[in-house]
Amino acid sequence: MSASATWTIPEVRAALDARKISARELVKEFYGRIEQRNAELNIFLALSPERAYAQADRIDAAIAAGDALPSLAGVPVAVKDVISTRGIPTTCGSRILEGYRPPYDATAVTRLEHAGAIVLGKTNCDEFAMGSSNENSAYGPVRNPVAPDHVPGGSSGGSAAAVAANLAVAALGTDTGGSVRQPGSFCGVTALNPSYGRVSRYGLIAYASSLDRIGTFAHSARDIATLMSVIAGRDARDSTSASVPVPDYAAGLERSLHGLRIGIPDDYFGEGIDPEVRKKIEAGIALLEKLGCRRVSIRMPNTEYAIAAYYIIATAEASSNLARYDGVRYGPRVPGATLIEMYQKTRGRGFGAEVKRRIVLGTYVLSAGYYDAYYLKGQKVRTLIARDFREAFEKVDAIVTPTSPVPAFRLGERTANPLQMYLADIYTVTGSLAGVPGISVPSGKTSSGLPVGLQIYGPAFGEDRVLHMAHAFERAGGQEL
Amino acid sequence: MKISREDVLKVAALANLELSDAEVDTYRGHLDDILTYIDKLNEVDTAGVEPLTQVVAASTDDSALREDVIVRADVITEVLQGAPDPEAPYFRVPRVIEK
Repeated sequence: MSASATWTIPEVRAALDARKISARELVKEFYGRIEQRNAELNIFLALSPERAYAQADRIDAAIAAGDALPSLAGVPVAVKDVISTRGIPTTCGSRILEGYRPPYDATAVTRLEHAGAIVLGKTNCDEFAMGSSNENSAYGPVRNPVAPDHVPGGSSGGSAAAVAANLAVAALGTDTGGSVRQPGSFCGVTALNPSYGRVSRYGLIAYASSLDRIGTFAHSARDIATLMSVIAGRDARDSTSASVPVPDYAAGLERSLHGLRIGIPDDYFGEGIDPEVRKKIEAGIALLEKLGCRRVSIRMPNTEYAIAAYYIIATAEASSNLARYDGVRYGPRVPGATLIEMYQKTRGRGFGAEVKRRIVLGTYVLSAGYYDAYYLKGQKVRTLIARDFREAFEKVDAIVTPTSPVPAFRLGERTANPLQMYLADIYTVTGSLAGVPGISVPSGKTSSGLPVGLQIYGPAFGEDRVLHMAHAFERAGGQEL
Repeated sequence: MKISREDVLKVAALANLELSDAEVDTYRGHLDDILTYIDKLNEVDTAGVEPLTQVVAASTDDSALREDVIVRADVITEVLQGAPDPEAPYFRVPRVIEK
């Protein structure tokens, strides 16, 4: 076994079934890889070997006893550090939660482990999932395994990089405005942001509650289908989780794409898109046509307002959600003469620059006199963006766009201008506002070898469709375009 | 200029956030840029448009409310382990009530 070999979920199962490797040996192999590469790439913030080996031993015992194995038996996974794991440090990439160990597990983690997956540890991310480059982590940026002087994207950069570097078979991330899809695109792995309400958020530490979702990274749409059948579905502990039935996603993957109508929004190919990205996306669309899809030109006229609406809504919700970090119940406290002074100092020193910027903006747009002009206006524009998607899906079965207008950029290249960084989220925030599922699938590389991601949007709860399209795209050689 | 230093300080106070002088200046500039950009939304006619607060359709779920049943969590020790100044079973804070 090569020290960097890629493992997929079916390969793990085949190796366990054939007794070529035990679950314990596989975990040991992955921890060995992490030990070799983490100092350079800075992907993991915490490891959980005790829990991982205990789970591996349970799987090995089940194999020895000849028991039927669950769908993710022995699969090593990584979990973004904004998702709660009982007893394992969970910092959200922030100083303000340094040393925090949650007293409970997120439902997504419980479900993964119940299906036999092995949690290796927690992955680095932009602080409280706010960022598009991972440079906002209090614990230093993650490096992109494909090109280590480049960012891995964000905010779930550590999870995307863990899969890309073969330090985990799959990973959980979270996506509020593109934080699963964009790092998936930058690191060259497949990344799904499911519909709002599809995966329970119990135990997900909130950033913007009307937008936050838990998503997945893997080497293939097939692996994501397997993961989704495990983690999707109603959870009584999350009132926003939907009781829409969960299909067997893997069972639908081999259908033909023949006759599917793919909408290409003219509005998404205007200024700002890198010419090499455009070329690869055009090649990706041509490949989908070759597979039987019919290309339909569509309009999504409110696209240009999405970034403005998103940054109002997300920061407003963040300013409210992050009020709880006040030096009382968790994390370090900076002393003050009064309670208020203690709050102010703890928050002033505990939060990083981007989080403070968003708290200030969010508090401003919610404050007396500005609420109607900003927050309410943003929510009305959100209605129009959701309408753009609804009307588009009356004419087409899926919408195909670039995931990001640019490939991965160099560390430090874009930190000076926050607004410029926000503008690059254009293709992902639209779907975030509308609540629809979007998958990023590798679609070739630029001339300098940086991965490009093609995004496929489906209608709400249409994960099966985007997965089956992404699967066909991968099988037809999308990654090598 | 849409936003002044005083605006930033007022908002920071509302958010219980201590900012250095340098941070106030930096954020003032950034917020000014961002709010100027956000003014784009004024181009959109939203007369008669309802605000969208969340996207889960009511029809997708009828079980959002459950019985309010007391369940023993038994996590006081674990929870207090993470607190900066615990005094079981409480969190201690600076004095808020004058003698």
